[in-house]
Amino acid sequence: MRTELSKFLKSKFAGQLTEQELFRDQQSFVVKPDAIVSVCEALLNDENLEVKFLADITCVDWLGHEQEKQGRFEVVYNLYSYKHSYRFFLKVRLDGENLSVGTLTGLWKGANWLEREVFDLFGIKFEGHPNLTKIVTPDELEGHPLRKDFPLTWEQPVFSWNKDDPPEVRNER
Amino acid sequence: MSAEKKTITLNMGPQHPSTHGVLRVKLELDGERVVTAEPIIGYLHTGIEKTMESMLYYKVIPATDRIDYLAPMSNNLGYCLAVEKLMDIEVPEKVKWARVCLVELTRVASHLVWLGTHSIDLGAMSMLMYAFRERELIIDLYEACGGQRMMTSYIRIGGLASDLPADFEKKVRNIIKTIREKMKDYDKLLTENPIFIMRTKGVAVISAEEAINYSLSGPMLRGSGVDYDVRKANPYSGYENFDFDVPLGKNGDAYDRYLIRMEEMRQSLNIAEQAIDGMPEGPYRAHVPGVVLPPKEDVLYKMESMIFHFKIITDGFDAPVGSVYQAIESPKGELGFYITGDGTNIPRRVRVRPPSFVNLGSLPVLTEGKLLADVVCAIGSIDIVLGEVDR
Repeated sequence: MRTELSKFLKSKFAGQLTEQELFRDQQSFVVKPDAIVSVCEALLNDENLEVKFLADITCVDWLGHEQEKQGRFEVVYNLYSYKHSYRFFLKVRLDGENLSVGTLTGLWKGANWLEREVFDLFGIKFEGHPNLTKIVTPDELEGHPLRKDFPLTWEQPVFSWNKDDPPEVRNER
Repeated sequence: MSAEKKTITLNMGPQHPSTHGVLRVKLELDGERVVTAEPIIGYLHTGIEKTMESMLYYKVIPATDRIDYLAPMSNNLGYCLAVEKLMDIEVPEKVKWARVCLVELTRVASHLVWLGTHSIDLGAMSMLMYAFRERELIIDLYEACGGQRMMTSYIRIGGLASDLPADFEKKVRNIIKTIREKMKDYDKLLTENPIFIMRTKGVAVISAEEAINYSLSGPMLRGSGVDYDVRKANPYSGYENFDFDVPLGKNGDAYDRYLIRMEEMRQSLNIAEQAIDGMPEGPYRAHVPGVVLPPKEDVLYKMESMIFHFKIITDGFDAPVGSVYQAIESPKGELGFYITGDGTNIPRRVRVRPPSFVNLGSLPVLTEGKLLADVVCAIGSIDIVLGEVDR
């Protein structure tokens, strides 16, 4: 499956595929942000590969690390093929002001909540998502808590015990 | 309410006994029929992933207990396997077998809570008492192993927190014997019970295609007949050495999922028995100086062990730059840990792939056009733990 998969992606998406990684026996591909939907669609519909299970969507914030040069945010799509019992990852690197990538809700309905969570916690916008709203954090909360520049101990909703002395924003790590 | 509006909006939860915690469901009702059911979550959000990303690799383990607090050992195992993969650690055989035994008993404990709460939602009051009575045996085993009844933190990176207690085998055999015996009672109470069947058969149906499309896993997916169990598909922690069946459903309704979970409990007891029969001798922790804590007995008598112990506790260890993902079959479904190391002693990213969260996303399709009372059954049959949904 490993060679088949890289052959498939190289032949069909040569221009969009920027990098291949193999770490601890796990294969990942870095694709360009505007290609992710078409790559996933091709993988889902290919009769030989049958990548049917979108296990997870998550994001990594590389702020302050040397990897940041390649793009601060790395959106990770965790895909699985039941037929081959094979798992691999597609990664999209985003940087700058326009943190947006196409939505996969058209292909997998399960992507709905997963994308909402990434939007809520990292502020990545998924273009075309039917209901891109906050999912786990309170409505009043500003900012995206899992970003590395969101301070760890800061509690924005002011409680009765600290309403006269709200905590200051501390930028740590 | 205006006269033209045909539907009414009803809030179910967040403080409602049948929502298993603090789930809120916004229901749009047409008479007693559900038009839409929208789960609203986040009432228990504690930012546990953020917390994990601020601690040494070792210190994350107690936080994992609190994700799915009904199956602490499964979470410990998922996290520790992921870190072991990241650090490329091979654990001794005994550790693998002991972990399998404990994790399978955790599955039984978690399913017992599900069984009790699901049946009390549907009106079978006494089931809850019976289920919690048997769960107590497993909780006692946790206490004998890790010293805690719920937040065990017993499975550690590279091994276990301490050696198995002396009467471990006796305790496990007693649990297996007792629960096998009691399972017959549960069967008599529920499996053929006409009221229970009426409440669950043909309720909360999801087809195989839709189940895959909604990224479901665990009994939710297998209830629709999709044969995917992480233990079989991608064995971890030595599951390839064990002989067990993966039960599959046909109709994808709440009754099939009930049968699957009951059968899974029997299979888990079989696996635990196999593990205790074939438990090899050996150390309870891998010998990887500088990464895995040395056994406590050595720390008291050997200088090198003491130095490593001190260094690991204070400084931790540096992980390589890279990401690993380790999935395990938790009682709720595929529980995955995606851990990114960045060359420091603190993880850059710890992502928990929560099975309850993803499974709960299918609630609207399970309940669309059904009766209001079926929403309770649907929530129960998804088997959610809000600690895991919200994290």
